[in-house]
Amino acid sequence: MVLRVEGLVYRRVPGQPPVLDGIDLALGAGEILCLLGPNGTGKTTLLRCLIGALHLECGSVRIAGQTQRAPRALARKLAYVPQSASDSALTLLDTVLMGRTPHLPPLSHPGKHDEHLALTALERVGIAHLAGRPFNQVSGGERQLTLIARALAQAPRLFLMDEPTAGLDLGNQARVLRTIRDLAADGMTVLVTTHQPEHALLLGARVAALMGGRIAASGLAVDILQPEMLAMLYGTPVDVISHQGVPAAYMPRL
Amino acid sequence: MRVKKSVPISRCRGPGFLVLLSIAVIAAGVASMRLGHYQLPSAAVLDVFRSAITGIPSGQSQAVHNVVLAVRLPRVLSAMLVGACLAGAGVCYQTLFRNALAAPAILGVSAGAGFGAALAMLLHGSAMAVQGSAFVGGIVAVGSAMFIAGRLGRGSVLVLVLSGMVVSALFQALTSALKYVADPVDTMPTIVFWLLGGLGRVSSHDLAWAAPFTLTGMAVLFLLRWPTQVLEAGDDEARTLGVPVGNLRLVLIVAATLMTAAVTSISGIVGWVGLLVPHLARLIVGPAYAVLLPASVLLGAGYLLLVDDFCRSAFSSELPLGIATAILGAPVFVAVLAKGKRQWF
Repeated sequence: MVLRVEGLVYRRVPGQPPVLDGIDLALGAGEILCLLGPNGTGKTTLLRCLIGALHLECGSVRIAGQTQRAPRALARKLAYVPQSASDSALTLLDTVLMGRTPHLPPLSHPGKHDEHLALTALERVGIAHLAGRPFNQVSGGERQLTLIARALAQAPRLFLMDEPTAGLDLGNQARVLRTIRDLAADGMTVLVTTHQPEHALLLGARVAALMGGRIAASGLAVDILQPEMLAMLYGTPVDVISHQGVPAAYMPRL
Repeated sequence: MRVKKSVPISRCRGPGFLVLLSIAVIAAGVASMRLGHYQLPSAAVLDVFRSAITGIPSGQSQAVHNVVLAVRLPRVLSAMLVGACLAGAGVCYQTLFRNALAAPAILGVSAGAGFGAALAMLLHGSAMAVQGSAFVGGIVAVGSAMFIAGRLGRGSVLVLVLSGMVVSALFQALTSALKYVADPVDTMPTIVFWLLGGLGRVSSHDLAWAAPFTLTGMAVLFLLRWPTQVLEAGDDEARTLGVPVGNLRLVLIVAATLMTAAVTSISGIVGWVGLLVPHLARLIVGPAYAVLLPASVLLGAGYLLLVDDFCRSAFSSELPLGIATAILGAPVFVAVLAKGKRQWF
């Protein structure tokens, strides 16, 4: 297993109910898991637990079979794409070059080879022509694509993406989803949080529904994404729009 | 792959620019050796250097040798060293704390050094004791801020900066108390003049005392400039990019504190350089810390050299360095802000 989470419990304030309570996950090579759940249910908190930014009350996180917490060793196995990034004035190329950090010898700087890999990553997400632009002067969608390119430059086995399609237009959403699908086809493992259930269908992914700090249901997208489950998850009736007899989109009923 | 450089800020990012800047700073240093109440031509200065390096007697008098080697060389080198260290520590803190207003004094090193120096003067310590006490005072102040932040903030940068503000205020109040109880005829003016900053009394011994701390601190900052640049991504992200954020922050603060405490112990309190020069450098070379650090260090050396030249040659009596850096710094900083606007932040 590339990622195995067992009995993960995280409590933000001692004495208060846990934010995450007994999370179990297992992802193998080439698998995509879409983590669904309403706002504030702990999706981002779970990702922050997996990257070692938060202290677990109990449970374990194993990446490629190890509980390695040293940043450099972890960064070679895992890349994290946050929901938003700090308002940096660095160029997109400099931002993506950061992804090469765990592969550099100690006290050294990225070289020509790293620059080539960073540009290739930018090209893969379709924004190589913006490489010289400052990060704080491109659109929100282009920023998100830059963060994905940085993760690609990091060349890990596991990608953790926190709502990577949030704020993107349809074209850029498709580009991100294609990138995720291609990563899985290349044997990478991707855990992605999203508020768009149809993306799980498009990716042919497994789904885990997070509710009240627990995994309420998990399985194949076509099995889990039923109107009853979505209504329970989001607290509103949801209609399934089918195309040629196959679920294709989900619409909240107003 | 060809990258279209569509960056609106003018950038001279190559090592060529840094080499040119280095040459300009050295040339300014040589030119500064001519300045002072005893004016010397450039040829005489170069003649003395040639003689000192080769051992071949020059055509200059012993008085000229003394002025160049014993008086002006330590002064010029100390101006460059103080400027380089304050600018280096300033750009390091601005990146480390992701705060454009960060300056070397943010964690209390200057206030602590001021208190240390004032205490030694009150106790009628020697010049060496004043330096040592200032150095220790700066270290103790930053150590106190880090201790408070460690107990209360669990690694929070905001708590660390606030702790630094508290410690600075405390040490400034203690320094005021020392001035209040000091002999108003003798000791208090000495304390006040030390706090205003100046390089008039710096000797080669003072430089030798500060050099190990400043060079070590500077070397650490240079060796760690790539992971420091990665900190711009934010703590969580830098960690997932392989940077041991807590350890790196600790090492950088220790290095910057050693540098700042050492130069403050020989120059007194010199403000604005650590805030202004990094912004000036950012305007020229862009925001990438790996280039910004050397550019800031070189510009800091040149900037303080020119300000010190102004201090010792503009008026019949010498102007305290701290006053000049503040008076010149404020309008220059406004000009830099107007030029840069919001392109960097």
